[in-house]
Amino acid sequence: MAETGKGMGKTLAQSLRESGVSRRGFLKFCTATASMMALPPSMAPAIAQALGKAKRPSVIWLSFQECTGCTESLTRSHSPTVENLIFDYISLDYHHTLQVAAGEGAEAAREAAMRENKGQYIVVVDGSIPLGNPGYSAIAGISNLQMLEETVAGAAAVVAVGTCAAFGGLPHAKPNPTGAVSVSEIVKDKPVVNVSGCPPIPTVITGVLAHFLTFGSLPELDALGRPMAFFGKSIHDRCYRRPFYDKGLYAETFDDEGARKGWCLYRLGCKGPMAYNACATAKWNRGTSWPVESGHGCLGCSEPDFWDAGGFYNALSIPDSDITRQAVYVAGAGVALGAVAGAVNRSKQARAREEHEPVTIDDLDKRP
Amino acid sequence: MSTPVDFLLWVRGPGFDIALVVFIIGILIRLLEVLILGRKPDYAEPRGGELGAGLRTLLTRTLPEPGTFKRSPFTVVGGYIWHIGFFISLFLFVPHIELIDATIGLSWPGIASNLVDAVAAVTLVTLVAMLFSRLTHPVKRLLSGPEDYLSWLVTFLPVMTGYLAYHRMIDPYPLVLGLHILSVEILMVVFPFTKLMHAFTFIIARWYNGAMAGRRGVQS
Repeated sequence: MAETGKGMGKTLAQSLRESGVSRRGFLKFCTATASMMALPPSMAPAIAQALGKAKRPSVIWLSFQECTGCTESLTRSHSPTVENLIFDYISLDYHHTLQVAAGEGAEAAREAAMRENKGQYIVVVDGSIPLGNPGYSAIAGISNLQMLEETVAGAAAVVAVGTCAAFGGLPHAKPNPTGAVSVSEIVKDKPVVNVSGCPPIPTVITGVLAHFLTFGSLPELDALGRPMAFFGKSIHDRCYRRPFYDKGLYAETFDDEGARKGWCLYRLGCKGPMAYNACATAKWNRGTSWPVESGHGCLGCSEPDFWDAGGFYNALSIPDSDITRQAVYVAGAGVALGAVAGAVNRSKQARAREEHEPVTIDDLDKRP
Repeated sequence: MSTPVDFLLWVRGPGFDIALVVFIIGILIRLLEVLILGRKPDYAEPRGGELGAGLRTLLTRTLPEPGTFKRSPFTVVGGYIWHIGFFISLFLFVPHIELIDATIGLSWPGIASNLVDAVAAVTLVTLVAMLFSRLTHPVKRLLSGPEDYLSWLVTFLPVMTGYLAYHRMIDPYPLVLGLHILSVEILMVVFPFTKLMHAFTFIIARWYNGAMAGRRGVQS
């Protein structure tokens, strides 16, 4: 990794062959990628051809206000899965956590990669950027904002990995002490892809990179800048527990009969209806499971402001305040005001009765 | 209020609080100011019981009167369809039951969500047809004032936005869910001060009609 742009001359197919990956394994990866990106199977050979010819792009990975969970997630794309291969065969020229070089050497690697691949390299960002005091988060004495602006200037595209980089995430949660913002709030003149999630699914980030290598462009994005192929449908729509929602069968607690039978977790606070992600289909830990399958509702971690969107264990439809107590107080006030209104009406009635003057036929005759 | 989630949090937080205060206080004032007024004591010897007749009339006035049905079947049938559809959507959809449970601690089983979805679709179509009839039928049009159209609108919007939210037809979801909750809050605020109060006062009116007739020994 210290060797900037190592292997840039070789194509991806050459690199894979040299490290013992069979043509068959490579084609399997291409088919999987095609299906993940919701492309027709007939696209797989085209992807294979394009990827085979693709040069390993230089990737600069910037980590700002983050917890390294995104990197943890990506490195858990278990060997020898093809995600790992793709990851090995991009030229990851700068990554705090994964690179060997430190200090000035590390920064020199970043600068060299930027210089040698100007206009070609991909910047991956995890973590949000503090706009408050620059000292809240700095690397080698360079503030996050400055490093992002400087690195993105010569980039082909930017991939914001994780909810912090995509939408501000946890640092952005109220009261946002550092003035944290997302990448797209700063980078306006380059294409930005948001791969949100806390953390994001490993295959989604490799899928985005594969798309870039295959087509030389970024995938179709939704309104929040996320790849449609992965974020086009809600967790709720893809959830295997959805039939129970439709039938009206819900777990009431985490250990009741409904929970054991795998019923819908809506009442336990599942945010599946508002969350868009590929968890239900891509799953986690080599396709082992995903949060809802493990018995816990979705937290909606791929959505903006998920941390502030009410309690994780409150059903989506429930107000946040203590409305029962409030309703009792308000009812008390209502009864009191109603009694006052009633009393006013009664006194009006009594006054009307007192002031009532009987009118006779003679009186009417007298009037002009 | 800068993001859809902020908007959702507002309608689910302060917005709902405000609507609930107006709704509960408004309804109690409207009911109590009538009930406290009372009636003049009736010194005549009663010729029959009030209770049975009152309860019977509550039921009989809920059923369509044959003459009315013959004269305007569309109004009667349409009225039933959307009222029943509205009640099913409101009280048998699980997320709504969840809200009622959180508010007053009462809970009951819901029905299948896609069944509610179908009922809501029928309700929507019927409500539009009812409005169309109101606008085109010369007598109904003459009888209708701004309050009638306002009542229709604040009833229609929660069903429509609920349908949009269920099918996530507006992106992002927090926005459409927020719009749905907001439309219900508007309904709650408008409710006590318009003819929508009939949802509560119909009980008093029908019972009183029946009880009065029962006391006099006549058919109500």
